Amino acid sequence: MQKQAIFQSKLLPYALVAPQLAIVLVFFYWPALQAVIQSFLLQDAFGLSTSFVWFENYIDLFKEPAYFEAILRTFFFSFAIAVSSLSFALLLAVMADKPLRGSMLYRTLLIWPYAVAPPVVGVLWIFMLHPSLGVLSRYLRALGIDWNPLLDGDQAAALIILAAAWKQISYNFLFFLAGLQSIPRSVLEAAAIDGARPMRRFWTVTFPLLSPTIFFLLVVNIVYAFFDTFGIIDTMTRGGPGKSTETLVYKVYTDGLLGGNLGSSAAQSVILMFMVIVLTGIQFRFVERKVTY
Amino acid sequence: MANVTLRNVRKTYPGGFEAIKGVDVDVGDGQFCVLVGPSGCGKSTLLRMVAGLETVTGGEIDIGGRVVNGIEPADRDIAMVFQNYALYPHMSVYNNMAYGLRNRGMAEAEIRTRVDEAARVLELTSMLERKPRQLSGGQRQRVAMGRAIVRQPKVFLFDEPLSNLDAKLRIAMRVEIRKLQRRLNTTSIYVTHDQLEAMTLADILVVMNGGQVEQVGNPLAIYEKPATTFVASFIGAPPMNLMSTRPEEIRSQLAGSAAADAGILGIRPEDFVITDQTPDGGVALPLTVEAIERVGAETFVYGSREQEEQRVAATPGELPPGEIIVRIPGTEAPAIGQKIRVAAVRAKLHLFSADGRTRLEA
Repeated sequence: MQKQAIFQSKLLPYALVAPQLAIVLVFFYWPALQAVIQSFLLQDAFGLSTSFVWFENYIDLFKEPAYFEAILRTFFFSFAIAVSSLSFALLLAVMADKPLRGSMLYRTLLIWPYAVAPPVVGVLWIFMLHPSLGVLSRYLRALGIDWNPLLDGDQAAALIILAAAWKQISYNFLFFLAGLQSIPRSVLEAAAIDGARPMRRFWTVTFPLLSPTIFFLLVVNIVYAFFDTFGIIDTMTRGGPGKSTETLVYKVYTDGLLGGNLGSSAAQSVILMFMVIVLTGIQFRFVERKVTY
Repeated sequence: MANVTLRNVRKTYPGGFEAIKGVDVDVGDGQFCVLVGPSGCGKSTLLRMVAGLETVTGGEIDIGGRVVNGIEPADRDIAMVFQNYALYPHMSVYNNMAYGLRNRGMAEAEIRTRVDEAARVLELTSMLERKPRQLSGGQRQRVAMGRAIVRQPKVFLFDEPLSNLDAKLRIAMRVEIRKLQRRLNTTSIYVTHDQLEAMTLADILVVMNGGQVEQVGNPLAIYEKPATTFVASFIGAPPMNLMSTRPEEIRSQLAGSAAADAGILGIRPEDFVITDQTPDGGVALPLTVEAIERVGAETFVYGSREQEEQRVAATPGELPPGEIIVRIPGTEAPAIGQKIRVAAVRAKLHLFSADGRTRLEA
């Protein structure tokens, strides 16, 4: 098999990749470069004068307790979203893996939520759990729970985690199902003959064999919880009440666009960019290592 | 130690497909039973039913005097060796073998003793800490065997355990399996499509075709007196020559026998002799040599009969109509294109009814 394609003209290959390169340059490298430059600048409140301040924006950021709170909050959100979404998706995948009638149908249905845009997910959950409009809020109150995520920061956080985890279940489900189906049936049959009951079979054979999938999804889910939850937070809580649902990504938005502190906002996004690079690096190294057990 | 008895065992899939159409087999304590047949004949399904991995839709499976139809695989006291070995890829060789014992709550010291003993017998002692992917095919196969023997079950089940090995290793492992089974004296059921494996391993041979048993018995007895043309052409390599007895040439030679008028005559390649004489009561055929295969100790002569008559039954492993294989010792063989005459004595003739389903005694 020849891997290299042969072109008659030297220019043709460049012409073919040019549109893709142009998109990446204009929509990624250019804004990224802008952010890096911006993070070294300080602008006055009216945007009349700008001065180069080296790392002052970064230093200020790390002096600010609110930033550390946002970091901790983001880690907590990521952890909670990843764990709840992964475990629920795994449960669904294990159940969907059984050869039952109509399995194609419910497998397809379980994948659908992935196609819903994050802001729509936010709106959807608001309709169900808004303190005065929500369908489910009435039942929660009937159960004696003082449900008001507009005032209670913990409840707001729970709401965000719920909505964000729900959206990610489909994606995780798909990978888990594929992972489960790649486990040879005979290995599970051997375990059954070896006297392992279904639960023990799951924890001693299925789960360890799924560990590569679990690790891959963990990284993907953390990246998702870090960055893609913006739409959900923006439609549901706008970072509030107080700052109880303000994650790092949302803070970039509030400080920059709402607070007008473009320098700090840019510095924050540069830090986030490094986090993405690190996470992606971990993931790439992992994907290259095919066998982990 | 246990008998395994299958009584009118049936398997019908929900779609209505009948995979097993009523099988009766009785495997005595400590015997080695081999299920052999072409692919799709239901032999693996039958084995999996004994293991409890497939449901039984009719009849009874009895292991050691207990009907196990509704009993979980774990509680049948059986061990199975799979075609792809089905080792736990994330566990070391030691843990692969210990897994079944741990599940049954055995003390760790006893597990260590048993696994060490099995590893010694199977020459795996130096590999106990390795993972399956670090082993060769033959070693994996031995781990799968080890996993079965540490449990000391009533019955061993083998599902084509040697088919993923290369030819040389397959023969070595075949001998090893037989020796091990003799020593442990554990009742075994072994599935294969390889008639040579079947012949060499079996105490009882069960030849299956299309979900039914064609013949059960001692392998040599089956070889000498195949009950149907299917068995005749499946057991023995190269396969038995089968021809219609209708042509005058053959009918006249068989005069007075049950199959003379309408039936099938079978002669094994090794029972032919190249000769100009016709043995008394035997059959002689004129042939034109088409091809010669020399394999060292013996030579196969492929010849065509001048009178080509379509044979009645078409079964797997059969020769094209009109072609005859003759097996002669040594390397001396006639030239291609030469006209020869081959003959077989009366005692070596196999006669069957025209549909191939009944053996007729000459």
